[in-house]
Amino acid sequence: MMTLPDLTVLRPGSVAEAVEALRANPGARVLAGGTDIVPNLKYGMYDTRHLVALRGLSSELRYVREHQSGELRLGAMCSIDELGRSELVKARVPALADACRQIAGPQLRRMGTLGGNLCLDTRCVYVNQSHFWRSALGYCLKKDGTVCHVVAGGKRCVAAASNDTAPVLLALDASVKTISPRGERTIALHEFYVADGLHNTVLAPDELLTEVRIPAAAARRRQAFAKLRMRAAIDFPALNLAVALELDGHSVKSVSLAVSALAARPALIKGLQDLHGHAADAIFAEELGRRAHKQCKPLTNIGIDPGWRRDVLPVLVRRTVLRAIG
Amino acid sequence: MRPSVFIRLLVNGEEHALAVPAQRTLLEALRYDLGLTGSKQGCDKGDCGACTVLARERAGEGRGEAILSCITLAQDAQDLAITTIEGLAGPQGLDPVQRAFADCGALQCGFCQPGMMLSARALLDDNPKPTLPQIQEALSGNLCRCTGYTKIYEAVQVAAGLRAPAQRAPVQSERAAPSDSKAQTVKEIVP
Repeated sequence: MMTLPDLTVLRPGSVAEAVEALRANPGARVLAGGTDIVPNLKYGMYDTRHLVALRGLSSELRYVREHQSGELRLGAMCSIDELGRSELVKARVPALADACRQIAGPQLRRMGTLGGNLCLDTRCVYVNQSHFWRSALGYCLKKDGTVCHVVAGGKRCVAAASNDTAPVLLALDASVKTISPRGERTIALHEFYVADGLHNTVLAPDELLTEVRIPAAAARRRQAFAKLRMRAAIDFPALNLAVALELDGHSVKSVSLAVSALAARPALIKGLQDLHGHAADAIFAEELGRRAHKQCKPLTNIGIDPGWRRDVLPVLVRRTVLRAIG
Repeated sequence: MRPSVFIRLLVNGEEHALAVPAQRTLLEALRYDLGLTGSKQGCDKGDCGACTVLARERAGEGRGEAILSCITLAQDAQDLAITTIEGLAGPQGLDPVQRAFADCGALQCGFCQPGMMLSARALLDDNPKPTLPQIQEALSGNLCRCTGYTKIYEAVQVAAGLRAPAQRAPVQSERAAPSDSKAQTVKEIVP
């Protein structure tokens, strides 16, 4: 049995009130579905005294809309479950619906939100543990300590980004809309994540992610998502990846490949431009797997053999690319 | 402990007014403030499903969807109508899911059973004739360390009227074959 620390819970009724609550209470954290932050609070991972609970924002931030530009706009309070079932999401971004259906288990998908998944805290086998467990190890960079147990001598936390929606949205060039006391801004997802396990997004403490925007072009791209995990439910990814392809007849017009559950930032595989014009075939799929293998180095931050995860990555990439090509 | 907050919870059709610490989880409120100990405290961090309850918006209909009470704040559950295992049986007696679990022997230690039955109830409310993969998917957030799930899936099918409980004759203990009789004779050891 693990109890929550002493907290004050603020329950704003609108986005404006929520942003004001975050501004007025420095160090306050956001509670949406609670599937990530509540266990982490029970583990004593945060020193926060205030929670800003967003349930009251459901009517404002729970929608799946097609903008007149063709852009798909998803409210940050949409549950993972409803996105996995949404006909519009399935038709326009099938890889996102697929990723949503593979997140955690049924109860967690109903509670968890899209905004929460994108802002999921990074995870590490050395930190997502009880306070007693962490104290016995002398703590770590992520919380209360000065050493990294994953990278010897490491000065920067490498806890893993474990969001399953992030690779899909990255591969599809999505962006997020945020609101803070300084106003609104739109951030391209490839600029949203930073390589720092302590806080792996560019969100300011008083900034709220309110919407995800997926460009109209996403619907024209062949796409697929894959997740590696030990059990078919509940588990966080041991690896996840998404590929998006634009085909011109049988040749590849453009390709992007995102891989995550490695370190703090989901990785977009670089230098794929020279593959544009390549035939969309098994050789192409094999080559993408080779490049992902070269650029991705799984770490011991996830308690599953990193050597095996690295070996299995090109296989997973090849299968996923072939599935996307269809 | 910090000053209490006053909350109202609607549980099994009954309204409760409670003074609880702000960080009280719904599960703690159910078990320790309302004495409804049917919802179990397993992992207490949203993995195992033992704390599953059904929830819907107060204005809604039906029993709602399965959620995890151990990671829901009691304060945040005030807008919900909650059904726990104590509220599953109706005036006519046990819910068909409860009856089927008993008839199929779909339990061993019983710890996962309240959550398992509520997840099954939510599934059948939504989809009265589920396929086996749909049952497996709906119960994939409820861990059972005893049964191996076979009889649990069977019970959900029985509750849905898709089959009868399997007849399992008691297993006969094996008789030794006649040819074995010699081998089984223990020779007396003469010192």
